[in-house]
Amino acid sequence: MAKPMTMTEKIIAAHAGRASVAPGDNVWVDVDILMTHDVCGPGTIGIFKEQFGPDAKVWDRDRVVIIPDHYIFTADEKCHRNVQILRDFVKEQGIKYYYDPDFIRGSGMPNPYKDPTRTSYKGVCHKALPEEGHVRPGEILLGTDSHTCTAGAFGQFATGVGNTDAAFTMGTGKTWLKVPPTMKFVFHGQIPPYLTAKDLILAVIGEITVSGATYKTMYFTGDGVASLTLEDRMTLTNMAIEAGGKNGVCDVDEKTLAYVRHRSHIPHWTVYEDDPGCQYVFEYHWDLQLLEPLVAKPYSPDNTDTAHNCRQVKLDRAYVGSCTGGKITDMIFVANLLEGKRVKIPTYIVPGSTEVHADMKRLNLHGQPKAAEEKSVEQVLEEAGCLVGASSCAACLGGPSDTFGRLNEPITCISTTNRNFPGRMGHREAGVYLASPLTVAASALTGYVTDPREFVTEPIGTGAAGAA
Amino acid sequence: MEHVISGKAFVLGDDIDTDQIIPAQYLAYNPNDPAERKYFGMYAMAGVPPAQSGLPQGHQRFVPEGQFKTQYTIVVAGRNFGCGSSREHAPLAMAEAGSKVVVAEFYARIFFRNCVNGGYLLPCECAHRLIDHIKTGDVCRVDLDAGELLDQTTGERFPLKPLGDVKPIIEAGGIFEYARRAGMLGGSRR
Repeated sequence: MAKPMTMTEKIIAAHAGRASVAPGDNVWVDVDILMTHDVCGPGTIGIFKEQFGPDAKVWDRDRVVIIPDHYIFTADEKCHRNVQILRDFVKEQGIKYYYDPDFIRGSGMPNPYKDPTRTSYKGVCHKALPEEGHVRPGEILLGTDSHTCTAGAFGQFATGVGNTDAAFTMGTGKTWLKVPPTMKFVFHGQIPPYLTAKDLILAVIGEITVSGATYKTMYFTGDGVASLTLEDRMTLTNMAIEAGGKNGVCDVDEKTLAYVRHRSHIPHWTVYEDDPGCQYVFEYHWDLQLLEPLVAKPYSPDNTDTAHNCRQVKLDRAYVGSCTGGKITDMIFVANLLEGKRVKIPTYIVPGSTEVHADMKRLNLHGQPKAAEEKSVEQVLEEAGCLVGASSCAACLGGPSDTFGRLNEPITCISTTNRNFPGRMGHREAGVYLASPLTVAASALTGYVTDPREFVTEPIGTGAAGAA
Repeated sequence: MEHVISGKAFVLGDDIDTDQIIPAQYLAYNPNDPAERKYFGMYAMAGVPPAQSGLPQGHQRFVPEGQFKTQYTIVVAGRNFGCGSSREHAPLAMAEAGSKVVVAEFYARIFFRNCVNGGYLLPCECAHRLIDHIKTGDVCRVDLDAGELLDQTTGERFPLKPLGDVKPIIEAGGIFEYARRAGMLGGSRR
């Protein structure tokens, strides 16, 4: 009988042409999709041409996906130049899947899309990849961005790589991988209305530290994970990298399959699951009914505490956005808390994609298409005093000094984003509290770090928002 | 690949993420343009908070203001060096500034992989907590054949962990040359 394997081991074995692999094995694998963006694309393209020659062709023009998202809304000419490098490469290579910020034309700060449904631009690559049908169970996805691990929520192996690795894959369709051992994180019970997946992943990182999963797979399972929306599962796998994880995975269920069936360009894929008796190097269990809303205090994602314990912390700003906390479900959570109220501190909202932005205009507070007399998610946020920007990575990683929401002063911010190391959102001495969209919304209403249980009175339904 | 590297050490703490090694606002430079690439050297370690920059005393610049090169050939760090963003600009910036080797307790995996596959820096590991022993400015020698780091200023010696599985890639100078030698890419670099 074959040795039991984990989902990640099975995916790697299948792509290495082997019957089985074990943790620690070094193997060459075939890559299904390679993604790059405006920050790492120009460097990757440069190495690709240097190594394979000026006339080289990418290994498969339908499997190299290019999504500009980082430095879009800036007047920095170098950033516009970098987008142009992507455009030229896409044209030269005949790349099929490219999502151009079509509003970048001349110089200066570009005027964003007027209508998010009428632009080729997508926004944050990790949200755009599944939306645009590039994510499927059982596949291997590489991206020149550490949060590429987000796509593991769909039962695939997805991980971040550098420019050199990406250039190698661009020319060969291959990469080498050391097979990671798997850590298992089990969540029991249904997600309570005051928690989101952000609280779960902060609990994990607080437990195992920012290096606790180094070189390892993080497998999130249990009925607690099954109870999450697909978007919230993406928050779990997204922050696997914040524990040092090589990748993160969730089980494939009907929610996953419905989404992928609706979106995928390729009609077939393979669903893998962990064999009974497979080996885990670590196993930890949480009861969701006992978990409290958490924050990660400056300056590390593992510096966790309960929101309640931080209630004396005065805030200067709130931020909702990024691949971690800029999804439509995140926006609905925030809007439900802010409805009919006013924020006490400047609150910046950045949709994770143009689809999210379109849904913010289209959907009501329950995630359903709004009736003529109902308010949209975006309207509710704006009426509460939030500043709603255009889809992009924006201030999650600081970026150029004219980036929307960037912390240009040593202020204190609470944010739905993923990292709070020194300088991450701009100023080296700014302090960032990472928290769930519910905790960020509650805090925006008081100006202090606030436990969302003070505002959440009943379950917040997100309907079919972001579900398929 | 050099097997013996000597020079001054620059000491950093734990969990130095790639945003500290090269802050995001400088990623607009294109590393493939030689005129722009040198700026990665200028801004290497620009995101490290001053009090943690150049331990134990801190407040020491890795690269002097307005210059492109560092005086520190060897970077010594604690746990989880290079965590966070996958940006290859991080090892590139350190190499562009003139560093040749980093010795940490252990690395975040993408940074380590970028060092190895891109052939920028030698990523050595040492089980000892070097940052409690070595001071910024100490003259050190990393000897791969002897498998040790010698602090010539204090005379202390520390064993380095073997490079292990990635040694052939490091010896080849990166993943492309390694793959060529293994016959995977066919022909020499154009």
